Order: sequence, then C-alpha cells, then structure tokens
Amino acid sequence: MKHSSKSGKILVYLLLILGSAIMIFPFLWMFFTSFKTVPESMSVPATIFPSAFRLDKYKEVLSKLPFVKLYWNTILLVFFRVICAVVFSSMAGYAFAKLKFRGKGLLFTIILMQMSLPSQIFLIPQYQMVAKMGLVNTIFALVFPGLVSAFGVFFLRQTYLSIPEEIGEAAYLDGCNQWQTFYKVMFPLTGTSVAALTIFTAVFAYGDLMWPQIVNNDVTKFTLSAGLATLRGMNTTDFPMLMAGSLLAMLPMVILYLIFQRQFVEGIAGTGGK
Amino acid sequence: MAALNLKGITKIYPHSADQKKARKKGAPEKKTNLQVTAEGVIAVQKFDLDIKDKEFIVLVGPSGCGKSTTLRMVAGLEEISGGELYIDGQLVNDVEPKNRDIAMVFQSYALYPHMTVYDNMAFPLKLRKMPKDEIDRRVKEAAEILDITQYLSRKPKALSGGQRQRVAIGRAIVREPKVLLMDEPLSNLDAKLRNQMRAEIIKLRQKINTTFIYVTHDQTEAMTLGDRIVIMKDGFIQQIGTPQEVFDHPANIFVAGFIGMPQMNMFNAKLLSEGGKYFVSVGGCKTELSTDKQAALSSHKVPAQDITLGVRPSHMVLAKAPGNTLTATVDVAEMMGSEIHFHANADGRDVVVIVPTMDTNGERVDSFHAGDKLNLTFSGSACHVFSKDGKNLEF
Repeated sequence: MKHSSKSGKILVYLLLILGSAIMIFPFLWMFFTSFKTVPESMSVPATIFPSAFRLDKYKEVLSKLPFVKLYWNTILLVFFRVICAVVFSSMAGYAFAKLKFRGKGLLFTIILMQMSLPSQIFLIPQYQMVAKMGLVNTIFALVFPGLVSAFGVFFLRQTYLSIPEEIGEAAYLDGCNQWQTFYKVMFPLTGTSVAALTIFTAVFAYGDLMWPQIVNNDVTKFTLSAGLATLRGMNTTDFPMLMAGSLLAMLPMVILYLIFQRQFVEGIAGTGGK
Repeated sequence: MAALNLKGITKIYPHSADQKKARKKGAPEKKTNLQVTAEGVIAVQKFDLDIKDKEFIVLVGPSGCGKSTTLRMVAGLEEISGGELYIDGQLVNDVEPKNRDIAMVFQSYALYPHMTVYDNMAFPLKLRKMPKDEIDRRVKEAAEILDITQYLSRKPKALSGGQRQRVAIGRAIVREPKVLLMDEPLSNLDAKLRNQMRAEIIKLRQKINTTFIYVTHDQTEAMTLGDRIVIMKDGFIQQIGTPQEVFDHPANIFVAGFIGMPQMNMFNAKLLSEGGKYFVSVGGCKTELSTDKQAALSSHKVPAQDITLGVRPSHMVLAKAPGNTLTATVDVAEMMGSEIHFHANADGRDVVVIVPTMDTNGERVDSFHAGDKLNLTFSGSACHVFSKDGKNLEF
C-alpha cells in the first residue's frame, strides 16, 4: 500500500515536471534566441544555446522602437482598462446581485450573450464609434473597448451573490444609504475577486494586439504588443531582435505577477467570498 | 425606548410571473399552509399587537409562521402590504429603516468582516456623524457591558460564535435605539452557549432601557425571556399572553402542544354535564373540573360533547391502585435522576408521563419497565378542555 502510494507520487511529480518543462521551454528558447545572430537562429539543426551572449539585438531593438513611449502607452492602457473594468463591473455586479429593478433579468441575459460572442465581431462597430468621435490615433481609442467588461460584471455579480443578504440589511439599518452600503460595506468584501479581475483585465489589455493596430497607425500611439508586431518583416524576420523586444516587453508583467502571485492564484481558484 | 402599535399588519408576497401563468392555466398550487389568494401568498395576516415601552415581546412559532417577516416589517426591511405600524404614535409604514431608530441583531450575526470589532460597533455612530470621543465612550461602555473589551481590535473571523453574537448585540445597543429587534440570535450557538447567552440577554435587558422584540422558534427562550409571548402559526396570531398565561391557559391545541416540553398529552374524551357540574371522562377515568373551569364553561354555556382533553406530562399522577384511573402501558422508561419520563400508550394514544423518582412518602417509583401497567389520574384544575376543532372551550 505504502509502496504503491510512493510510486504514484513519483509518477505525479514526473508528470508535473514534464508539464512545467513544456510550459517553460518557449520562454527559455526566447531568452537564448535573443542573444543569437540571425544565421544562428535559423540554423539547421537548431541549437538551443547561443555561441556567445551578445547584447547587440537589445541595442538594436531599443533604437528601432520608441520603447519608453510604448511602455507608457501600455501602462495607460492597462491602468484605465483596469480602473474602468473594476469600477463599472463592481457597480453593475452589485446592482445585478443585490438590487431589485425592472428588466434586470433581460439586461443580465444581454450581458451573458455578449460574453458568448467572439470579441472580433465588435471590432467594426467599435472602430466606427471611435472614428465618429474623432478619437482615432489617441490613447482614449486604445482604452475605449475595455471601458466595460461583460466578464467583469458576471464575475463580480457572482461574488456579490455569495455575500449574505443580512450584511447589506445590517448596513441599511445602521444608517447606510444604497451607495454607502455598496462602497463602505460590500465593495471591500470583494477584495480577492477584484484583485483577480484586475489581473485578468491587465493581462488581456497587455496582450491585446488587434485593437491597437486597428485604431492607431502611429507607432508612438502603439502599445508594446502592437509595436513588437512591426518587427515582423514581410519576407523575413529578425528573430533574435523580435525575441529581445519580446523579453523587454514581458518584464513589467513578470514583475506584476511576482507581486500579485497570491491574489492571482486565489482569484483563479474562485474563492471570491470568504 | 418606545411603544409600538401594530394594527392589522399584513404581508402578501405577490405571485411571480411564472406562478401567475401557472395559476391561469389552473396548475395545482404548491403545497403550503399559508393562505394563497389571487394577490399572492399571505405570510402574515391582520397582526394586531400593542407593545408597551420597555416591554420584552417574544414572537414564537414554527418555521414559516411569519414571525421573522413580522419583525422585518417592523425593521423596515420588508414592505408592509396592509395595516399600520406606529412607533411612539408616529405612523412609520413608509419611513426608511435608518430613520426608524431601530437596531437589529441577526441570526447570522451579519458583522462586517473587513472591520475590527471596534469599527463594527462604531460604524452606525460614524454614519450619524457623532463626535469621536462620544463614539469611543459608547463603544467602550457597550463592550464592557458585553465583556468584549479585550476583543475590540480583532476582526470577526478571529472570534468564536458567542463572541460574535456579543459584538452583534454591541453594535445594536451602542446606538441606544428605541426598539431592539432580535431575529433568532441564539440559533447558531451550541446548547451550552445558548443557555449562557440567554442569561446574558436577561442581564442586558436590566442594563439597557429599550423595547425588545425577539423572534425564536425555541419555546424555552420564549418562556424565559419574554414579558409577553406572541405565538404564531401560518401567518396568524394564535395567542398573546405572559409565559405563565399561555402555559396555564393555552387558547387552542396548537398553543398547548407548542408551549411546554415535553408536549401536552392529548386524549379523545367526553365533556359531561351532570347536576350542573362539568366532568371529563377518558378511558376509565372520570374527573370533576375545578371551580374556575366550571365557571368558565358555564359562562359560555358549553354543552356536553366529545372533546380533546389535554394534560401536561408533569400533571399526570401515578395512582397506587386501579379504580377511577386511566390505564397506560409503558413503552420506555427514561430515568432522569430526580424524575422518570414514561413513554406509554393510554387509550390508544402515545403519552408521556413525568413522575418524581420518589413520592411524597419517600417511596421510590423506579420499578416500572416496558410492558408494565400504569394507573394514571389527573386533577380537574390541571386538564385542558378543547373542542374537536381545537379551540379551548374555556375561552
């Protein structure tokens, strides 16, 4: 019995190590490729390690792309999308979970429907709206589609549903109005879910490639992902430079993940309300 | 401190759209004891009660009887469908809960998990923009009354159930509300802690001057805490009275069965009227009713009839020899130390008989076992005469 549980444990560890290796390998490949020369990166058979650790490609990519601008644009994009998603999703989620109003079921169904549709079908109407407002090639244009998140509304509604009714009623009897009940009592109880939504929104906004390329055509208004896409040539691609750029672009996200690791894991575990 | 007047308070929960459709189609109603009308389900019907200033009222009844709904209507958490609610003479039907000067203690405590005990208790005062030193004084005073001073800096999750309930009571009393509502506040506690907290509430009541309305399904809590008890069933008030009144003179079979533990024994019996006197006859036992019961029945000109006779287990007396007695066969004898609980069968009914382990002559009565015969009698003052439809014929 003891023996079989030990061998089972070994098997589980082997599988986990294999899974981790599969996950980590592309990152290692990217890291090592960024130090290679172009011929080295295209050589057959492929080599994992570079012949020497050269920083040429890092220098080249930093001179080719306005990285400071790209970082700044990305920070603004992530910041505003996160703020808007958290604020509006919290308010809407609270309303759907705790308030009684006419048409609540229908409105919530519309939100669920929006979640089930591919986001690409909203690109044209969203572009038309931004264009009609004369905001193409602006930072606002980058933020616009993320002002409200259907997923965020749904996610936080579920969290608010898990908070007992009595807590809201106690606040109401203690003297809170509806708004005070929301922001003094209910909102602080959704910390873990808000942290998870923040991370989901930030990761999605950070990796959003299509919308920044559609709505902006000036590289100084691009985000990191859109900027990196310009490194891909029509006929050939300088992979070491692209990998160097990608590594630089990855850094802020890696740092954020390391800081909010616990919230990220808890958020995905879906513990929402304790 | 406030007097409350509830006049014909009614609560109707309207049918949902689906229920309305089902009713139109003539689908069978979901089984419920509550009255269902075209308007909806009637949870509370014509609730009339005048509560005196500083009185402790207990609403008691089984689940779904409407006691919590009534309390929530007083709090303002449920809309009042009909009738009038007055607090200190002011009609408050449409007054916001926060403006009724009412505090409530919930069964689930409903403490704010992100705040410390101090902040939980100070929260309602902060909302009223009270000066900081006054908030501090009141919170510390309430904490002292409830013996939770040492927990003021803790978060609720670091407290036990009993301590959380004290904090919930503290949060309610710091406001010095006109009326303090308690919705089954002890139900989440274990039996030992519940007894302890019950005593604490009695002490608390002596320390703070306010009107209490307390909801429970536990008749022991109702009997020990209330100045008056309101017994409810299926949305209707069954009886209002002091604990002793409802115990001694239950208005109907429901109250008789609900108040008192173990439950009152019920027998199919006959009410006899002979020579201007009333007797009850059950099995082989014929007993003359006491003078006050005779007077009550005479004043209502109650004729001789088949009745349901109620006798409390502790009011059944063990006779030495058969004669004018009711014979019962022992199923189980439970030795409780100072008394024995006999579960027996008498006149085709399961009954419980409680007898002291030692009678007045110092003789032990613990020699009965399953299958043994008991000869039972009861006094004419300790039995209750109910009509076949359940009403107490003395009323």
